[in-house]
Amino acid sequence: MTEFLLGAAGFVLLMVALGLVRILRGPAEADRLMAAQLLGTGGVAVLLLLADAGGMPAIVDVALTLALLAALASVAFAMGAWRGAVDDPAPPSGE
Amino acid sequence: MTPDLAIDIGLAVLVLGVAAWTTVVRESFAAVVGFVTYGLLLALAWVRLHAVDVALTEAAIGGGVTGALLLAAAARLGPAEDRTPGDRPGAAPRLLAAVLCALVSAGLGAIVLLPPDPAPTLAPAAVASLPKTGLGNPVTAVLLAYRAWDTFLEKAVLVLALLGVWSLAPDALWGGRPGPAYRAQRDGALALLARVLPPAGIVMGVYMLWTGADEPGGAFPAGTILAAMWILVMRAGLADAPAVGRRSLRVALVAGAVVFLAVGLSGLATAGAFLAYPVRFAKPLIVLIEAPLTFSIAVTLGLLAAGPPERGLPR
Amino acid sequence: MSAALDILSAVAISAGAFFFLAGTAGLLRFPDSLTRLHALTKADNLGLGLVVLGLLPHAAGPLAALKLIGVWLLAQLAGASVAQLVASAVKARGPET
Repeated sequence: MTEFLLGAAGFVLLMVALGLVRILRGPAEADRLMAAQLLGTGGVAVLLLLADAGGMPAIVDVALTLALLAALASVAFAMGAWRGAVDDPAPPSGE
Repeated sequence: MTPDLAIDIGLAVLVLGVAAWTTVVRESFAAVVGFVTYGLLLALAWVRLHAVDVALTEAAIGGGVTGALLLAAAARLGPAEDRTPGDRPGAAPRLLAAVLCALVSAGLGAIVLLPPDPAPTLAPAAVASLPKTGLGNPVTAVLLAYRAWDTFLEKAVLVLALLGVWSLAPDALWGGRPGPAYRAQRDGALALLARVLPPAGIVMGVYMLWTGADEPGGAFPAGTILAAMWILVMRAGLADAPAVGRRSLRVALVAGAVVFLAVGLSGLATAGAFLAYPVRFAKPLIVLIEAPLTFSIAVTLGLLAAGPPERGLPR
Repeated sequence: MSAALDILSAVAISAGAFFFLAGTAGLLRFPDSLTRLHALTKADNLGLGLVVLGLLPHAAGPLAALKLIGVWLLAQLAGASVAQLVASAVKARGPET
């Protein structure tokens, strides 16, 4: 079972690594951010699998922290904290 | 090739690749995204190295607060970046930087790989003294008992960094509110996030502080999580950034360091040395230090991300 | 019993990993930002959810199981909100910003 869990962790890591290609290619800034978001979620999955495989439950805390904070960078992006929107502080509302 | 080794090699390659890309990419937004990604991958690497406390802090700071801070900085730079493309450093400084970085990397590699096997380490001594501190987590023991002085100084450095950020404000705005006035869209997805996430974050932060005594955790990850929640609430417009001249804010900033100093000075009377703890009260004193420390760290980091004052006080 | 649970875990985790594959494939191959966002949220939602489901039988007690579910719920909340935010940002700024 441990080998399977580690294998699954490795597979998910490979997937999000491939997703990082989207950071390289863009073309929109939203695309780069989405690749980082995928890495965040994939990282949470990898951490949960590693926690179970290694028998270290403290790693689940790291996953919790990551899940909690993954949104922050995306919020900063969507708030107009990127070039072209500095003079427009009205946030996209997501309505 | 076992899955273990494959994961480790894959992570190492990824970290190096993302770091290299972040260094050479041109647009600052892409570089910031690369840096945040690098932080997340590093957190995974720390977990693989069994350094869970460091992974916690890396995930909290690198994945959250630094991302928000750098994105805001990139946004400020945005217009200026377009206007001064000719200010890139020339070939000679960049070559020098590359050589220096390579030397540092080689030096670190040599330190880690060359010394005698087993490498000299203080870890057994650190663990052996744990019962006297009443703690179960050796990292917390190092931070708050063996090297408490360093932790105190780090806290002071954080406040100094905040002063540095504040000093960027024009004279007329000193003491004002940082950042633009974010307008809240009360029915939007952002407002939802900023209402539902912070309670979970506060619970998580307090839990992290409490569990740091015996399991990975501690004041710094806890403070960072709380800071991130505050940043979210401010950016969503649900709460305005406080004016930096307010006395209550400044008290909150220094509370951690002051309590730390007070406990340290009391150690002169009760245990014979600065920052020494009497054995029977070691754990309560450490908890007494950690709680205000977490609060101060949260306030400091939140204000660091908010930036220098941009709006004056209402007259 | 525990062998059956192990098999269930393996199936759930494999399904979760498949959704991460789908999410990555979508992110790389779909033609524009909004469709890629759609693929991303599938990985967030189902990929992580199935992995958590697969890990629940191994949890060391009710508190640990609650933590796992909590991780999934937080990731869901964050992922859904971020998807809305990024989508309206893309709509406001135009597809190429």
